[in-house]
Amino acid sequence: MHGVNVSQSSSSPADRRLSALVRHLEGSSMDSANHSIAAAPTSGSTGARISVFDHVVRAPEDPILGVTVAYNKDPSPAKLNLGVGAYRTEEGKPLVLNVVRRAEQMLVNDSSRVKEYLPIVGLADFNKLSAKLILGADSPAIQENRVTTVQCLSGTGSLRVGAEFLARHYHQHTIYIPLPTWGNHTKVFGLAGLSVKTYRYYDPATRGLNFEGLLEDLRSAPSGAIVLLHACAHNPTGVDPTTHQWEQIRQLMRSKALLPFFDSAYQGFASGNLDADAESVRMFVRDGGECLVAQSFAKNMGLYGERVGALSIVCRTADVAGRVESQLKLVIRPMYSNPPIHGASIVSTILKDRTMFQEWTIELKAMADRIISMRQQLFDALRGRGTPGDWSHIIKQIGMFTFTGLNSEQVAFMRNEYHIYMTSDGRISMAGLSSRTVPHLADAIHAAVTRVA
Amino acid sequence: MAPPDPILGVSEAFKADDHEMKLNLGVGAYRTEDLQPYVLNVVKKAENLMLERGDNKEYLPIEGLAAFNKVTAELLFGADNAVIQEQRVATVQGLSGTGSLRLAAALIERYFPGSKVLISSPTWGNHKNIFNDAGVPWSEYRYYDPKTVGLDFDGMIADIKAAPEGTFVLLHGCAHNPTGIDPTPEQWERIADVIQEKSHIPFFDVAYQGFASGSLDKDASSVRLFAARGMELLIAQSYSKNLGLYAERIGAINVVCSTSEVAKGVKSQLKRIARPMYSNPPIHGARIVANVVGNSDLFNEWKEEMELMAGRIMSVRKKLYDSLSAKDNSGKDWSFILKQIGMFSFTGLNKAQTENMTSKWHVYMTKDGRISLAGLSSAKCEYLADAIIDSFHNVS
Repeated sequence: MHGVNVSQSSSSPADRRLSALVRHLEGSSMDSANHSIAAAPTSGSTGARISVFDHVVRAPEDPILGVTVAYNKDPSPAKLNLGVGAYRTEEGKPLVLNVVRRAEQMLVNDSSRVKEYLPIVGLADFNKLSAKLILGADSPAIQENRVTTVQCLSGTGSLRVGAEFLARHYHQHTIYIPLPTWGNHTKVFGLAGLSVKTYRYYDPATRGLNFEGLLEDLRSAPSGAIVLLHACAHNPTGVDPTTHQWEQIRQLMRSKALLPFFDSAYQGFASGNLDADAESVRMFVRDGGECLVAQSFAKNMGLYGERVGALSIVCRTADVAGRVESQLKLVIRPMYSNPPIHGASIVSTILKDRTMFQEWTIELKAMADRIISMRQQLFDALRGRGTPGDWSHIIKQIGMFTFTGLNSEQVAFMRNEYHIYMTSDGRISMAGLSSRTVPHLADAIHAAVTRVA
Repeated sequence: MAPPDPILGVSEAFKADDHEMKLNLGVGAYRTEDLQPYVLNVVKKAENLMLERGDNKEYLPIEGLAAFNKVTAELLFGADNAVIQEQRVATVQGLSGTGSLRLAAALIERYFPGSKVLISSPTWGNHKNIFNDAGVPWSEYRYYDPKTVGLDFDGMIADIKAAPEGTFVLLHGCAHNPTGIDPTPEQWERIADVIQEKSHIPFFDVAYQGFASGSLDKDASSVRLFAARGMELLIAQSYSKNLGLYAERIGAINVVCSTSEVAKGVKSQLKRIARPMYSNPPIHGARIVANVVGNSDLFNEWKEEMELMAGRIMSVRKKLYDSLSAKDNSGKDWSFILKQIGMFSFTGLNKAQTENMTSKWHVYMTKDGRISLAGLSSAKCEYLADAIIDSFHNVS
């Protein structure tokens, strides 16, 4: 801002528009006689086309979703999108599960179905079934009515609603997130009003878990602080604690009354087994303590664009759960009133039908198995090329992503020379690979590691 | 324990009531003459088309379905409108009206800190919650005149004039909720004059385009009037009522800017607000709208179904008015019912009278005296007239 002395704290809307106008004029080559400082920006004068939104700068693309934007612009036939974690078939195509198509057909054919507003907390059946899926059908917390579950907009929406609730009603406003974590976590929690700190997680030296660092950092967290935990298939690293390590984490957290907030976006997708992938959450719930769980059906049911998820809050008593639910409604109503019905209806249809549920587990395991086989193929391809370095982390890491360990220069090199797209932290989505494209990726990694520091 | 939502809580109470004459005039969801929910035929056709095509379920971009964003802006302004031709509208798919209002509110909080929103007195109950949660201060402009059960136009103009320059003025594009009272075209011109004089920024809530008069263009005339003056404005749209897509949560926030460059900047910042809220919006409702509006046969069919819905509401208004006039001997003028437009009617009943409607007559409505005509059948008009007359005259 040149030449305009407007103090930020005391500027009125008119002053701000004036400064925007001045900034505009100083860059303008138009006849100055056309401009009157007093001209109201919204006054339809055809002179300067001044805008009240002039100070709204162009934001850069979201770093994760921006990868796909860049990929789409690339004309090369060899291009490969390993950015967003959306599953692709061996043919490189998006997949709608057969059981999902069937469920959808049933819904559309059912002439008794209506599109009336869902309750603020969402579809009741869906909520019950989602809670059972993550906590286990025989969970005492469910039987004792200590769990409130609200349908939300996939994982992101569940995290945001949970965070807003905590910012308003929980005594501690700091949340500890692992380093690194999904790129959107910090903004979700920050905008909800929580203050974000990190705990050590990934060890670049071992490309595994920095368990001692994790324990130290949680030990020094203030009592009652919130701790974000990836239930399985940590994003972006693919590094998960062992069962034994989870138990130690649980004991430490409970001894300091740290509040667990689970992000469960890959149940069934990590190991191929729904129960195994929920074990970390169930371990915490079994001890009778409280926790939050954000669930997403984007990946495990392939319902990405339908935005289906759920937030469950496990409370000490049924009475507390009831009151918590009433407050969750107050967060949701001014945000979007009530959640979208379509995705939740699909999930509910599948989860409540034994045959469809079985079919789903089979299709889910097939997706998980294909990813595990891509890991093996990439590992074998790098070993076959004699690529320097230990690449065993590729087969040790779990879930959709691999943290390659490549640095940002190497990532840029692979994009420019090989048309391979990934996030700048070196995370690749294994779901975007196929047997056909593994050699190209292996060549690119080999070149990046040998030619770029 | 939080209290139940004042609007959505009405339906919950209605469900719990087993009286045979009960009537739900709470939530604004359209009902047929048989008081059944209604899924439009064009919607069913669109869903079948979508299923046949085997569309995938990939993430939408943060700003939503491009085809939807295109048709929703064209529907609002007219495809040949200058704002569209000049690419000056930033359109982002939102979660129906509420979600679109919330994105706009967050934009205001971030880029116009300290600026207020002026909302009508009364207005939809959730407006203030949206601005409160978004951290945007608000105050009210006079709107409803209980003496005339009409518009307090002088009060409205005075309050808009008195607001500090650069205030966002929330206007209902048509079918004002909860009163059903809309400014006339001449009054809209005057409102636009005052807003321009004070360099205010108009912010339209358009939840009933096509549903009020039955004509999509007519119901958009207030918005188009402002756009034609070269003004910058915000408009939240909803397809809940006019396409019956309530539960699909489909709408959009549109920001008309002076230049296409500015529009690009605004759109990018709306995306930055949506990403940490829900990442990207749901596809299903967006695809339905894009398919209906983008196909000329379906579009024409939609217009016919919409005229039927709007027509049924206008006819129960008439029947209610006739019943009230015939049964009420006090000489009270009930014609405000005919003058009001859209789904709702502000009956002028006070809180105690409204409670009597529910406790004695099992008529469920919101405490501000609002009834949803969409929930009224021709067959029940006389019963409702009795209830209103009793509550009005025998309860204070």
